[in-house]
Amino acid sequence: MVCKACKNKPVIRLTNNNKGLCKSCFIKYFEQKTKKTISKYKLVDKKDHIGVACSGGKDSTAVLYLIHKIFGKRPDIKITAIAVDEGIKGYRPEHLKYLKKFCKELKVNLKIVSFKEEFGKSLDQIIKKGMYPCSICGVLRRSLLNRYSLKLKCTKLVTGHNLDDEAQSILMNQLKNNVKVSARLGPLTGVVKDNKFVPRIKPFYLLTEKEVKAYSFLMGYKEDLGECPYADIAFRNDVRSMLNEFENKHEGTKHSVVLSFLEVLPLLKNKYRKGPSINYCSRCKEPCSKESCKVCDLVKELKLKV
Amino acid sequence: MKVYIERERKYKNVDGKTINDILSKLKLNPTTVLVAVNNELVTEDYKLKKTDKVKIISVMSGG
Repeated sequence: MVCKACKNKPVIRLTNNNKGLCKSCFIKYFEQKTKKTISKYKLVDKKDHIGVACSGGKDSTAVLYLIHKIFGKRPDIKITAIAVDEGIKGYRPEHLKYLKKFCKELKVNLKIVSFKEEFGKSLDQIIKKGMYPCSICGVLRRSLLNRYSLKLKCTKLVTGHNLDDEAQSILMNQLKNNVKVSARLGPLTGVVKDNKFVPRIKPFYLLTEKEVKAYSFLMGYKEDLGECPYADIAFRNDVRSMLNEFENKHEGTKHSVVLSFLEVLPLLKNKYRKGPSINYCSRCKEPCSKESCKVCDLVKELKLKV
Repeated sequence: MKVYIERERKYKNVDGKTINDILSKLKLNPTTVLVAVNNELVTEDYKLKKTDKVKIISVMSGG
């Protein structure tokens, strides 16, 4: 196999079209695809203040780098990195250390917020036997990212979600009969606009996890900072394995799942936009779909600080 | 040939003519890994030499 574009030695084979690409052609392809996704789905507007949700992992490091590369010189656009320290011993501190250094090099402001300060307990202190850490962490983390995006007056919040993440979410919602939740997915999230929600955007929406990892490797981002000790417990892991098995046997499966979903997404958004008007949590007044929001339910259940 | 599995942080002895052979013997799904030979990424059809240093990198996010 040779690079399809220049006949040099390939570093990766793209499974959706069986095309090999060398280092420089792959980097060009990756960056162009990110730019095309931003432009096709109108992810960034003039005068946006872009918050970038960062963990110090490869996906968010790569997305922060590219957002800065694409928009860093635009005088009308501001960029701020936002990180959540959940309090996972032996895992998050190393990532945050790397992130601080990375942001300093890029000259991007970084805001770090923590579970301990906001909810009174770290994730390690919250999690007890029999609990599902990822669902608890996900709710609290999303809430803090939205809360601090609003505080910092961000108009968009970038996440490093890739095509694999999206294909998994689509399938998970199908398997759990949660189609309404799928309506919130897509490169630009949300169904109903509300001043208390900062729209989340996914510039890596059409790039696979393998492509993101390859880009990070080739760009020299720090590797092997370890995996979250709670990651294996998630239902997502089963769906991820199933999709990877399918992808290996039937190349292009993940692209097909996401591209076919994009065909029906406008219909889904339209259907649920017409639904009952948005509720506000009876406790914290944040927008939600029920009488109280998931964060307040967790705060009550886990006896956390408000 | 000694192959370094980054996720497990250990070496395994595996023989094969290509990266595809190595992945197949280790029962690893090519969708889920990148392979670096002498610290440069290669595709699965890469033909291995005796002196090559092979590293298998998991593509999964840390979370």
